[in-house]
Amino acid sequence: MNSAMATPGSEAAVWHQPSQEWVHYKDLLMMLTWRDIKIRYKQSIMGFAWAVLMPVLIVGSGLIVMIAFSTISGKPVNKMDVLSVAIKAVPWAFFVGGLRFATNSLVMNKELVTKIYFPREILPLASILASLFDFAIAGGVLVLILMAVQTGASIRLLWVPVYMLLLLLLTAGFGMLLACANLFFRDVKYLVEVVLTYGIFFTPVFYSASTLGKWGPILLLNPVGPILEGLRDTVILHKSPDLRWLAYSAVWAIAGVLVSWRIFQRAESSFAESI
Amino acid sequence: MSGAAIEFNGVWKKFVRGERFDSLRDLIPSLARSMFARNKGSGLRDKEFWALQDVSFRVGRGDAMAIIGPNGSGKSTALKLLSGILKPDRGNLAVHGRFSTLIELGAGFHPDLTGRENIYLNGTILGMRRTEIDSKFDAIVDFSELKDFLDTPVKRYSSGMHARLGFAVAAHVDPEVLIVDEVLSVGDYHFQQRCFDKMREFLHKGTSLVFVSHNMTAVSALCKSALLLRKGTPVFQGDVSTAIQKYHSFFEEETKHSDIEISAVRLRNASGVETEVFEPGEGLILELWITAKADVVDAHAALLIHTDDGQLVFDTATSRLIEKYKVKLRAGETIRIAFMLDMNLRSGVFSLGFTLTSEIEVPGQFIYYNGNIKRVVMAGERKSNGIVYLNPRAEVCFEQVPGDGGLNSVTMNR
Repeated sequence: MNSAMATPGSEAAVWHQPSQEWVHYKDLLMMLTWRDIKIRYKQSIMGFAWAVLMPVLIVGSGLIVMIAFSTISGKPVNKMDVLSVAIKAVPWAFFVGGLRFATNSLVMNKELVTKIYFPREILPLASILASLFDFAIAGGVLVLILMAVQTGASIRLLWVPVYMLLLLLLTAGFGMLLACANLFFRDVKYLVEVVLTYGIFFTPVFYSASTLGKWGPILLLNPVGPILEGLRDTVILHKSPDLRWLAYSAVWAIAGVLVSWRIFQRAESSFAESI
Repeated sequence: MSGAAIEFNGVWKKFVRGERFDSLRDLIPSLARSMFARNKGSGLRDKEFWALQDVSFRVGRGDAMAIIGPNGSGKSTALKLLSGILKPDRGNLAVHGRFSTLIELGAGFHPDLTGRENIYLNGTILGMRRTEIDSKFDAIVDFSELKDFLDTPVKRYSSGMHARLGFAVAAHVDPEVLIVDEVLSVGDYHFQQRCFDKMREFLHKGTSLVFVSHNMTAVSALCKSALLLRKGTPVFQGDVSTAIQKYHSFFEEETKHSDIEISAVRLRNASGVETEVFEPGEGLILELWITAKADVVDAHAALLIHTDDGQLVFDTATSRLIEKYKVKLRAGETIRIAFMLDMNLRSGVFSLGFTLTSEIEVPGQFIYYNGNIKRVVMAGERKSNGIVYLNPRAEVCFEQVPGDGGLNSVTMNR
């Protein structure tokens, strides 16, 4: 905690310059991320299998949906369809897990929020980074599977980091906003649960947006949609990504982070007394 | 820069009493309400109250200031403002330099993590870099005296161990400004002493200190100046002993609306001379004239003696001293109660308190309570430590150990 100076004569004191703080609190972000990871895997039977469980469940339910579809349409389920669901399930699991965890982060760390000063953004961000760790494990498993079934590689794999960065920003933006909202209104977390549970039907995870024909773009309005579709296009189908939809998601991700960070910092001053 | 470590300029802080809207459902009516009544910022709205009103102070580099006051006077709010957890509604404040807060020891501990992991976690939360913790790790462990428990999860620690580790980490932040809130009340005597020494060491090194405590001995030992708060308003600021005196006088005022009134108090020594100064072992007579403002049925009167820092030394009651006696008074009647004691207390200042407790209606409820009716100064040299004075004497001479049939063998044979 370094020098903090209030401007004399201002209506209320202005504290800590955010830009300087970030360098200083990098260690804290890392430490809290590490704590969140550690706690999740301590005293658990399943250990790292947890990270894989959620994507596996999603792929499993995707399979059921696909089999149901194929029974109706008469087209058999092929390997590519299953892999497409898998490549979308892993980042979707990250998005859901990260948001869920971030939403509760401030309330769960009530002790810290009311007792010790540090930039509160660190708490939701650490939750998201901890979820990113789960993603890395599940992602690693997925890569092994893809290699085993020989989907092949292409130069288009270079798009993957771009999509992942966008997904991370998107999660961070929503996460900060929801954490903040949940601090003031405890029913936000239930709302988040409901939206995330049914969100999978409004996101192209089990199927692709194109199956809906001309209504497909509606699914892509959900900013996670183009990211998931883009990952499938580049990794499984070895196609070039749809740059317009990529730009659309990028606008959401960047604007989302900027707006919610601003709201977060505005609200931060009343966290300790409202929690 | 002005050489001030902490500046607090006309700071106001308000809180909301009672429930705030906690769910989205409550938000909508409150938004509607705020659309009609819009006076954000300075004024007080429904259910709001000022936790601090126009508080200003300044702590110079290397100075120590205490903030004292009864419960609810705004001390902790002031500290939370200083540490940046709360923001003022009006006024401004500044803390210059790296600061550390001892507000709640080990607030950042996670119960499932081990002592070692928590040192890193809590250290980082308090603002240390990882590398810094690496280099201070051994010192922290030494101070905490928990070397053997480093790999035990903190949830298995006793509260004393928890506090020890918390203090050890916080004490190694090497702050330029240290903010301390009533942390000396945890742990055993030995630990408290070490915390106290550590704080002195900080002061010696030039750290500025803001100290909040109800322990007036600690306050006067650490700080030269004090700010006295009452219900959020600064009452006095300056010399620490004056502040402590004023602080004590607050409690006397509090029993003014009792069913009884103390019309007169007289304090005499065994020879009948009125005095407040007593020699160790000397007799004391405390006489109180009590007038009832309303009927008092079956009560007993008690005498309490506290040390200067609020520790109970002694208490007794009429019900224990006079068999089958209960205080019965009609409105308007006056009685005299006298307590006679031998003052076997060490030198120093003690306060005599008086309470009247009901046995009927709500048993144990005070009809009257005043912990400080009279102050007594125990004179004499300090020949001992502790609170009581047992009239110690000692004798030393050259002498052989008693031989066969002496003291030892007698005890052993029997």
